[in-house]
Amino acid sequence: MIELKNVQKSYDGGATLAVANTSLTIERGEFLGLIGASGCGKTTTLKMINRLEEPSSGEILVNDRNVVDQNPEQLRRNIGYVFQGIGLFPHRTVAENVAAVPRLLQWSAGDIRARCEECMEMVGLPFDEYGDRSPSQLSGGQQQRIGVARALAARPEVVLMDEPFGALDPITRSELQEEFKSIQQNMALTVVMVTHDMTEALLLADRIAVMREGVVLQIGTPKELLNNPSHDYVRDIVAMPRRRAQRLEELMRNE
Amino acid sequence: MSDNLREQLLLLPAYFQGHLLLTLAAISMGVLISVPLGVWAEQSARVKRPLLAVVSIIQTFPSLAILALVVALLGGRIGFLPAFIALTLYSMLPIVRNTVTGLESVSASVIDAAKGIGMSPNQILREVKLPLAMPVIVAGIRTAMVWTVGLATLSTLVGATSFGNYIFTGLQTRNLVAVMVGSLASASLAVGLDGLVASMQWLLEKRSEAADSARLKRIRLSVYGITVIIVSLALYGLIPKPRADFVVAGKPFTEQYIMAGLLAQELEEAGFSVEQRLGMGTAVVYEAIRNGTVDVYVEYTGTVWANFMSRESNPGREGIRSGVVEFLEEQNVTTVGFTGFQNRYALAMRRDRALELGVTSIEDLIPIAAELSAGSDLEFFGRTEWFRLRDLYNMDFADKLTFDVSLMYTAVAERQVDVISAYTTDGRVAAYDLLLLDDPRNALLAYDAMILASGNAAAQPEFMQVLDTLVDSIPDEAMRQANRLVDVDGESITVALEYLRGEMAKN
Repeated sequence: MIELKNVQKSYDGGATLAVANTSLTIERGEFLGLIGASGCGKTTTLKMINRLEEPSSGEILVNDRNVVDQNPEQLRRNIGYVFQGIGLFPHRTVAENVAAVPRLLQWSAGDIRARCEECMEMVGLPFDEYGDRSPSQLSGGQQQRIGVARALAARPEVVLMDEPFGALDPITRSELQEEFKSIQQNMALTVVMVTHDMTEALLLADRIAVMREGVVLQIGTPKELLNNPSHDYVRDIVAMPRRRAQRLEELMRNE
Repeated sequence: MSDNLREQLLLLPAYFQGHLLLTLAAISMGVLISVPLGVWAEQSARVKRPLLAVVSIIQTFPSLAILALVVALLGGRIGFLPAFIALTLYSMLPIVRNTVTGLESVSASVIDAAKGIGMSPNQILREVKLPLAMPVIVAGIRTAMVWTVGLATLSTLVGATSFGNYIFTGLQTRNLVAVMVGSLASASLAVGLDGLVASMQWLLEKRSEAADSARLKRIRLSVYGITVIIVSLALYGLIPKPRADFVVAGKPFTEQYIMAGLLAQELEEAGFSVEQRLGMGTAVVYEAIRNGTVDVYVEYTGTVWANFMSRESNPGREGIRSGVVEFLEEQNVTTVGFTGFQNRYALAMRRDRALELGVTSIEDLIPIAAELSAGSDLEFFGRTEWFRLRDLYNMDFADKLTFDVSLMYTAVAERQVDVISAYTTDGRVAAYDLLLLDDPRNALLAYDAMILASGNAAAQPEFMQVLDTLVDSIPDEAMRQANRLVDVDGESITVALEYLRGEMAKN
């Protein structure tokens, strides 16, 4: 579904590489987690997929079409995008926010309305109750639910997520994680999610790519990463969730 | 008093209309230019700094200077156009600055989201940034509007009609009722327009509310109604009125208001229609008569000699007269004739103070000048006449203060200064019992009042016939008394004009 071929990105004409010679393939319906510390190149990699950043060299294919050959605005309208800042339009109602992409795609008013109701239902904020509200009247968790609804409104096959749950409190975060995972599975969405939270990646992703200094160190399923880390860095970052899980298990056994 | 008020209120519709048209036209043009400039500046750092610097510099220019500069740049054109351009320039800073600030303050995450969902740069600007910046932009427009309404009063000085007509005429003829009416009218217009824009903005924000309450509908209807009325009132001024046969002009002091009234009455009685442009600055009215926007006004030989011919010598009264007439001829301005009175500068002291110091002429001041303080109008100490006086008598005063004319007379009357640069036909000279000092060394120029006509008007024999009756018809004393009626006794220009015509009929 998404293919990165020898992609490089440099912001200083090649002196340093934000993303170095990266190749990745993401299958249709797959959930890929991109993980690493701040500045490791994971967000840049994500943004190159919908051309918010342009690669310095290499190719990116979405649905077998090179993204460079597509109008960037058209491309983005067909790819859902959710990020930590949420960025709901404060001058529009909640329903108008959800309707943003279908409106850009010039759907009919009836179709837009029906799809808004559907998407808001899906994220648990019914249209009749929340549609006319202003985003500022929603809690942080509700705002990100609307962010997700907006990203899904135009029925994209691909959704890009940049630390979407990072700013939420832990309880709201895990609620939203679980709900989003089930939506993703029901709709067979292809998702690339950037995160620095290894637990989140392990729980949600089908496969995880670990990045450091612009290089993908290892790609694999959560199980492979936990059991066969190919690199000290990977071992280190899976160690914490592993220790926590063991500790929780002990606690439960002792009861 | 109530007669005076009624007289002033009769002028209100015309002044209101002029002021409104000027303000709305300038603000609309200001918005049309400044908002796009602000958008451009926000997108390009290279544009932003120089643009903000330029509009800020415009703002630091004194508003009068901007008006005068625009008149000069338009080749001496007066009236609506220069005032409109100057006010437009003045309205730009708050609008440009608030547009830039408003756009810059739109949260980055909202813009990221707009980009991320596939809005084009144009859509982001139109649908996200501008709507979110709108409250800040409107605040800038409101600031500009209040400034513009206030500044529009100054446009009277370049011959555009506004509430400034009340204020300048009132200040110069000591008619406080006129000043009050003008100031209150201007202030009310500022408050009213500001409120109107505020309520439009409020309605715009309420637009998205699903159900229109009956109250909201009523408010919306009345705001739209008022807007339509105001705009049509302003536009009404654009309907060309039948052009008057002649335009009579005058400068902003009592004698000039009386003389302009006299010229207008004489022409009207001969059957011509006349438009009056009063309270104009000297340089402005002179340019206007050269290019024919003004047909007739009263000027003084010394002013032409020193200001427009830039002469520093003093060839005496006759020498100046002939030099000036010849010069004006070259400028395509016809000298119809001299009115008979002279309004010169003269150094003047309180009679008791002069007696006490034993002074009757400027020569007597030489040994004591260094201990005296002197007051002048806004110009005198900057004129070549003063420099010549200083050199010819080889003296200077300890203090030199400049005043508004009426305050200058008050200052000498109340002994705050010893000597002032009085006007010889000013009624206050007699009222305050001032002694005009002789000038044996001929430092000060002659200022014969003369009627000037544009080349176009002078070509019409009927026009010249009417004005010929005014030549040599007003002695110094008659003019002084007419001025005194206004400046000292608080009578209206109309009363002074009647008196003057009565005196003229006696001869």
